[in-house]
Amino acid sequence: MALLRRSETVIAGILLLAMVLIGTINPAFWQLDNLFSLMRSNVIIGIMALGVLLVLISGGIDVSFPAFAVAAMYLTIKGMLALGYNGVVLPLLAATLMGLLLGAVNGFFVYKFRMIPLIVTLGTSAMVRGFLLGVVGTSMININKMPTALIDFARTDVISVTKADGTTYGLTAMVLIYLGLAVAMHLVLRYTMIGRSAYALGGDPEAARRAGFDLRKTIFFIYCVAGALAGFAGLLHSGMIWLANPRDFVGLELDVIAAVVLGGASIFGGRGSVLGTMLGVFMLVMVKNSLIIMKVDTTWQLVAVGLIVIVATALSAWRDRRRMA
Amino acid sequence: MKAQMNIRSLVNRDNNIVQLLVMTVLIFAVMTALSPDKFLRYYNFESITYIFPELGLLSIAMMIAMLTGGIDLSVVGVANLSGILAGVLFHKMAGAAGIADTGILTVLLGGVIALGTGLVAGTVNGLLITRMGITPILATLGTGQVFTGLAIVLTGGPAIVGFPTAWAFLGNGKILGLATPFVLFAAIAALIAFMLTRTALGINLMLIGTNPKAALFAGLKRERMVLYSYMLTGVLASVAGIILSGRTNAAKSDYGNSYLLQAVLIAVLGGTNPAGGRGTVLGITIAVVALMLLSSGFQILRFSNHLIDFIWGAFLLLVIVINAYKNRTR
Repeated sequence: MALLRRSETVIAGILLLAMVLIGTINPAFWQLDNLFSLMRSNVIIGIMALGVLLVLISGGIDVSFPAFAVAAMYLTIKGMLALGYNGVVLPLLAATLMGLLLGAVNGFFVYKFRMIPLIVTLGTSAMVRGFLLGVVGTSMININKMPTALIDFARTDVISVTKADGTTYGLTAMVLIYLGLAVAMHLVLRYTMIGRSAYALGGDPEAARRAGFDLRKTIFFIYCVAGALAGFAGLLHSGMIWLANPRDFVGLELDVIAAVVLGGASIFGGRGSVLGTMLGVFMLVMVKNSLIIMKVDTTWQLVAVGLIVIVATALSAWRDRRRMA
Repeated sequence: MKAQMNIRSLVNRDNNIVQLLVMTVLIFAVMTALSPDKFLRYYNFESITYIFPELGLLSIAMMIAMLTGGIDLSVVGVANLSGILAGVLFHKMAGAAGIADTGILTVLLGGVIALGTGLVAGTVNGLLITRMGITPILATLGTGQVFTGLAIVLTGGPAIVGFPTAWAFLGNGKILGLATPFVLFAAIAALIAFMLTRTALGINLMLIGTNPKAALFAGLKRERMVLYSYMLTGVLASVAGIILSGRTNAAKSDYGNSYLLQAVLIAVLGGTNPAGGRGTVLGITIAVVALMLLSSGFQILRFSNHLIDFIWGAFLLLVIVINAYKNRTR
């Protein structure tokens, strides 16, 4: 019974229902290559969602992570080209570090000046994007100039299947990275003091302070991790699409926030789980993908995502208010 | 003598206004020093009076949402959707004479539709926030996407070009030698200032923002007042949309994307407390003029739009820092 009452179970149920529905309308949905490509589209949004989950649990919000992701990605690749360096590990570390430092700026303003996170992250987002496009450059780095090591790394498949007509398709190994990060985030949230302090902060900041949590450490941790995950995901993304576009990720914040809220994280802070978030991400990606399969005009995508946000937040608000009452 | 008294009472009432005025004068002086021949031209100031009203109205809308500790991230979406819906109507109703000569009745109908869009959008926001209990950030983030999405569905992406002459007059005409948008802005700003300081709605909103619990115990109708405030916000956004579409003779789903950041920046710079309870139309007006002077100065100095975005972001963070230090000494 306890399992039935958990929001993850509900989300999984809705997800299955939606899959059956979409599969009935268009059986192509169940083809293995469609499922593989669905999972592939989960990776980047999913990794970013892990960071946003942490921020939402703490009762904050972050709209700057797409800007951080694109900055970390573009600067790293520019740096690699300038140095003639071709590798995977160091660049990924560099991008992660860049995201982390930018996240620290968010943390600094949120903690030190007690400013509403939305306003802080709106400001940092505009600064980072403005700097990137105004100072670093606006031109795309195409496949012919992209570092080959990154592309080769992102092309690795876990499973590879050959079709009857000789073409092959596979499940990208990046899914494993996503899963690994998700497990790590789950463990941190569940079993470490810093993870619990994020829940405490989101539940009631004053109570968390009096209970002896070091809120400065917590806030910096939250925004640094969100930034670091965004930076990492940004570079991985460019490897996966063989392109570094300094205007990338515009509007992505809404998709990711929608996914996290859809996954049962409370909009008032204090609640949310990694499993729920992963389900939410899958649901969002699937809906967007299926709009195309179901031949819905792509212009409706924004409306669909917006409606998902509204419905998911309304449900979350309804559930949490009932709980509080 | 009387003027002196007025200035003194102004200083006593809110020294934030004085600081804003000082800042505006400083910006003016610096820009004049950097580029006297280009910045000080009459044409430059005239063009500012055409451009700033739409941003000013969006900022006032943002301020009203902030009065109760909320925010409205859908203002730009509402503005664009209003302009587009009116534009779609004009294109449907355009007779053989062409869009420019659309009859005055049709133009009025377009105005009603645009303002109605704002009213409906604001009502949706208000109901989601008060009835459904969604936090304003997420509610308006979601509806903003829906409004922008509907705008894309209606236009398919490209801009709707061509508006009636009477409509364009609202965006780039002249009344008594002054820019029409400027006159509209002055009238609306005065009206809103009156509403906020002299009517029950405004005073209720301030009280709710200052202390929601006390306001509840005092018997204020919180839900209804917050709903009204978002309806007002929506209508103001649609007026901005009317002016924008009139000025540019076009309406598009992604016009004024950077206005969202600027509206938040101006609201905060103008002395609005984003946590609620404090905000004045006068503060917003001075802040928007200051930023417009700054922006036109940067454009004269040939800064790219991206760099100007960077500066807006930095400015927002700077204002946060300054406000934090000001509140500390209090």
